[in-house]
Amino acid sequence: MAFDTATATAWITAAEAAVKADEARLTGLDAAIGDGDHGANMARGLSAALTNIAEKAPTTPGDVLVSAGRGIVAKTGGASGPLYGSAFRRAGKALGDAASVEAPELGAALEAALTAIKELGGANEGDKTMIDALAPAVAAFQAIAADGGPIAMAAAAAADAAEQGLAATIPLQARKGRASYLGPRSVGHEDPGAASTTLILRALAEVTA
Amino acid sequence: MTVGIVLVSHSPAVAGSVAELAGELAGPSVTIRPAGGTDDGRFGTSIELIAAAVAAADSGDGVCVLMDMGSSVLTSKTLIEDLEDDGGGPVVRLADAPFTEGAVAAAVLASTGQDLDAVVGTAEQAWSMRKL
Repeated sequence: MAFDTATATAWITAAEAAVKADEARLTGLDAAIGDGDHGANMARGLSAALTNIAEKAPTTPGDVLVSAGRGIVAKTGGASGPLYGSAFRRAGKALGDAASVEAPELGAALEAALTAIKELGGANEGDKTMIDALAPAVAAFQAIAADGGPIAMAAAAAADAAEQGLAATIPLQARKGRASYLGPRSVGHEDPGAASTTLILRALAEVTA
Repeated sequence: MTVGIVLVSHSPAVAGSVAELAGELAGPSVTIRPAGGTDDGRFGTSIELIAAAVAAADSGDGVCVLMDMGSSVLTSKTLIEDLEDDGGGPVVRLADAPFTEGAVAAAVLASTGQDLDAVVGTAEQAWSMRKL
């Protein structure tokens, strides 16, 4: 299936539902090494994304993602707001005004999202951040897209890669954000940002399956 | 010429108190606006509060923004990108500076009528003002 306005809206809707359902788990992960508000912040941000989409009534998948990003930036309240907000907006802009895109274009949009997060936050792979889930996911998505694979297959591979990336954050020592103050005590926990990124990518796989 | 100052903190009280302190030391000629916490009064950061503070602090000579850390920095950077995308807004610079010391330094220099580059530069030089 192609990625169109309805699919993009379904993605954000599913992501919001997934984050709400796992809000307590995300907050628990964040309480271990962060400030314990990631679940609530993500729920509020994605809820604002849905509100903004409803108000703006976007007519392209790119506009859906830009509208979602603006809602997330405005209402999240923590560092995940500008990071996810910039990611969705940059992905939306990468899609341009196409009414519908295929796997290579969606892969390029996900890569634009990754670049936005790296530029804004200054983190890289191995710093125990959302990038540790998103970077392998983007690579997996693009590898399948490059082989001519459909969005469903690419998105499923991306979600699997994100889950592996999330698990790989456990032994890492945080080098960004509040958790970095903990030094070696940040080791032994999943990164909450990588956990929410994994939920969002699994939601993409589900709505495109 | 008077450059405006915006102070972005996770805490409404910290932003407000540092604005009060810097204002006391700089005098009434400088507009210093706090943007602390979220738009519903919690700890955190609000791009809408920062944008409103920037608009209120600008008298046409630009605005120097100081941030505490984390989402304050990321949200302020996002606002700068938005202003560049939209065009036509106030000239805004982020100062990579210690929050309280930088705010006082920036406000005092702004009160002498120096331009935005000088105000941002003075805030950033606050890193090198040793105390002991």
